[in-house]
Amino acid sequence: MSKEMTIHLKYWKQDGPNAKGYFEEYTLDNVNEHMSFLEMLDVLNEELMLQDKEPVEFDYDCREGICGSCNLVINGQAHGPKERVAACQLHMRNYSDGDHITIEPPRAASFPVIKDLVVDRSAFDRIIEAGGYVSIKTGSAVEANSILVQKEKSDAAFDYATCIGCGACVAACPNASASLFTGAKIAHLNKLPQGEVERSNRVVAMVDQMKEEGFGDCSNFAECEAVCPVGISISAIAEMRRDYMKAVVNGD
Amino acid sequence: MKLDSKVPGGPLEEKWDKHIKDINLVSPNNKRKFEIIVVGTGLAGGAAAASFAELGYNVRSFCIQDSARRAHSIAAQGGINAAKNYPNDGDSIWRLFYDTIKGGDYRSRESNVYRLAQVSNEIIDQAVAQGVPFAREYGGNLANRSFGGAQVSRTFYARGQTGQQLLLGAYQAMMRQVHDGNIKYHPRHEMLDVVVIDGQARGIITRDLVSGELCRYEADAVVLATGGYGNVFYLSTNAKNSNVTAAWRAHKRGAAFANPCYVQVHPTCIPVSGDYQSKLTLMSESLRNDGRVWVPKKKGDERHPNDIPEDERYYYLEERYPSFGNLVPRDVASRNAKMVCDDGLGVGETGLAVYLDFRDAIKRDGRDTIESKYGNLFEMYENIAGENPYERPMRIYPAVHYTMGGLWVDYNLQTSIPGLYAAGEANFSDHGANRLGASALMQGLSDGYFVLPYTIGDYLAKQESGKRYGTDHEAFAEAENAAQSQIDKLLSIDGDRTIVDFHRTLGKIVWDKIGIARNAEGLKSAIEEIRALREEFWQNVKVPGDKNNYNKYLEFAGRVADFFELAELMAQDALQREESAGCHLREEYQTEEGEALRNDEDFSYVAAWEYKGLNGKLEETLHKENLEFEFVELKQRSYK
Repeated sequence: MSKEMTIHLKYWKQDGPNAKGYFEEYTLDNVNEHMSFLEMLDVLNEELMLQDKEPVEFDYDCREGICGSCNLVINGQAHGPKERVAACQLHMRNYSDGDHITIEPPRAASFPVIKDLVVDRSAFDRIIEAGGYVSIKTGSAVEANSILVQKEKSDAAFDYATCIGCGACVAACPNASASLFTGAKIAHLNKLPQGEVERSNRVVAMVDQMKEEGFGDCSNFAECEAVCPVGISISAIAEMRRDYMKAVVNGD
Repeated sequence: MKLDSKVPGGPLEEKWDKHIKDINLVSPNNKRKFEIIVVGTGLAGGAAAASFAELGYNVRSFCIQDSARRAHSIAAQGGINAAKNYPNDGDSIWRLFYDTIKGGDYRSRESNVYRLAQVSNEIIDQAVAQGVPFAREYGGNLANRSFGGAQVSRTFYARGQTGQQLLLGAYQAMMRQVHDGNIKYHPRHEMLDVVVIDGQARGIITRDLVSGELCRYEADAVVLATGGYGNVFYLSTNAKNSNVTAAWRAHKRGAAFANPCYVQVHPTCIPVSGDYQSKLTLMSESLRNDGRVWVPKKKGDERHPNDIPEDERYYYLEERYPSFGNLVPRDVASRNAKMVCDDGLGVGETGLAVYLDFRDAIKRDGRDTIESKYGNLFEMYENIAGENPYERPMRIYPAVHYTMGGLWVDYNLQTSIPGLYAAGEANFSDHGANRLGASALMQGLSDGYFVLPYTIGDYLAKQESGKRYGTDHEAFAEAENAAQSQIDKLLSIDGDRTIVDFHRTLGKIVWDKIGIARNAEGLKSAIEEIRALREEFWQNVKVPGDKNNYNKYLEFAGRVADFFELAELMAQDALQREESAGCHLREEYQTEEGEALRNDEDFSYVAAWEYKGLNGKLEETLHKENLEFEFVELKQRSYK
């Protein structure tokens, strides 16, 4: 039979980007070990609403670790204590009866708070807009098997392409750098012949956009890799930097 | 309302090519005078928005998520079908078409399904060119695997994240057009109504989910690519924000809603564990390639599954369907899981689960091989269920996954409102009464990349370019006021029961009575219960916060209000369909072996419902689009 716990919560409340934020506290009894972390927050909100209190806003959608909507910082760790999962895939069996849990939004100037734990990550969209694609129009593709790709390269491309765009890398980085996110897209497309043509332009456009959005530089703390729910390797950043230097020096 | 499917004449193989030849074109310099609204940014919406913009149209794209990349197509795991016949195993466009028609239990339109099979190959070409990292063989060519309902290997995949990779391809194509200024991009906007002027769709009303502001947008055509309505069940594999609101509100403005009772229940999901459960998680059907489904032969067998010897295991799919075995279509697999559990053979704490066992596959191929195929799925299972599937069989149970019903569309994907189109899961078009695995991604991308870009041009070519009524037109004002007064009403009730409480209660009625198996008595009582609960909702729901701010529960309240109406229509539709077909199993109509028994004589039609009003009860008129089968012979489906 499943275990029930008491959990002491402290969560961030903030009415809007310019409002002053503060912590609220609440103790939940009857937290089932099989609940996901977000289900625990659902239960919190049900209790709050029935007491005529304001629920806490947080972002979520698929609840199976793939959409990248959830981005909670839990006891100072992006997505919480369990490695290689998004907060929605964190289950309460990772906690013990009587635990104290603090929940905050990712803290980064480029991710302004919309409300409570919900932040604006549109900067990520603009980095992709700047060049995170192969410029191919619908209908103009060649027969699929006429592009052969070594299995190892294709698998490596997938390992970078699997990024869910949650922003945990930014939240964890002392410089609030978006290098892992940006590097992952660059490395994904670099591994494939389809991405080769625009390689230089892409890296310059995306890196410049990343700077424009106010994200910090990478200082090799590797905190991003540690919190990434899909295990994107920090080698993406090295590849991005190498390509950027080459593109700028060669001017191509 | 008169339904005209506008299916072109001629041989099946030539219909689409002939149609492309015959339809009107908009010249390149006129395209920029037209504006198209696309609601939703999943595979269908993302692909359509990108393709329209590439053609030179002005596009506005809307989604409820904070980024287009988060649309729920992202969660599709297993793969995408195409008739490439790379494995040289006898596949063809005809076979993909035939499998899809048969899989849908002969309740879809031949012409649409054939077109889907025809363009399937182009989709793979397009996705590869975008850099989608599909699985490959050592020779560098694309790999395939098998899915349910087919005897060929035609499914392309990117580990267990095919939907994610295809969606990111469409998203990136879309963002390229955003960058070039051809798409105006509106994330965190929810469509609350479609604006119809002189019988044509001319725009939409949205709510900015950050500021709460209601906004009016005018356009020459509107595409709804807003997904399915599985969340009417409360628990489903859909994302939490997936909803029927855009489609339902279009329905209330005159768009017919087709076959709402056709809901697919996916056989391999992680079972429910408690009342707090907010969603169900699917384990890809691809697992049935290597996993064997079984239950103990003895009721209440509480031994560890690994201690149950071979001769005490009931491999019910393999025994009952020797030729397809564990790879029977989804409806058949789900129904059989329910049957063995109803017989008391289910496993786990609730008795509502069966085993999906990889023991034999691991013994045969080695753990590494199984890990390379399904590693991320096994990890996901372990995270949620807290058990290691390499060592102990998975426990699975069916869960609501996909809705074949949706807005009625003609061959051009136009709804019964001229200028309003529906694409992807939001329309009813291609899957009949049951969708085959790996066909949703195919249909979404087919609609978005290769159908709508042609057919919408045919409509626009006949419109006066640049014609504007202005968003101060009374139709815009009326639609905005209606949306506003519903929001105000929801916030003013201040009752005792939460939105989630109502939604969960509604979902239980729908699951129990309009779920895997239905009967007349249950459906009639479901209608009464839904009406009573809906009335209570409007008197006793508690919606927190205010309207001029980010307020997720206010969003949910509006969506649940629409689910309450849709649920009644689902019951009506299931009640009138006095046959079993695909996922719609009426207990009164089964073969002696418990298989779905169709009645082609009386029910070979699409049920398209026209909204007439809501006054305590939902009033809808049924229109029938007869399904003519010119090219395939209707047969009792058999996977034995």
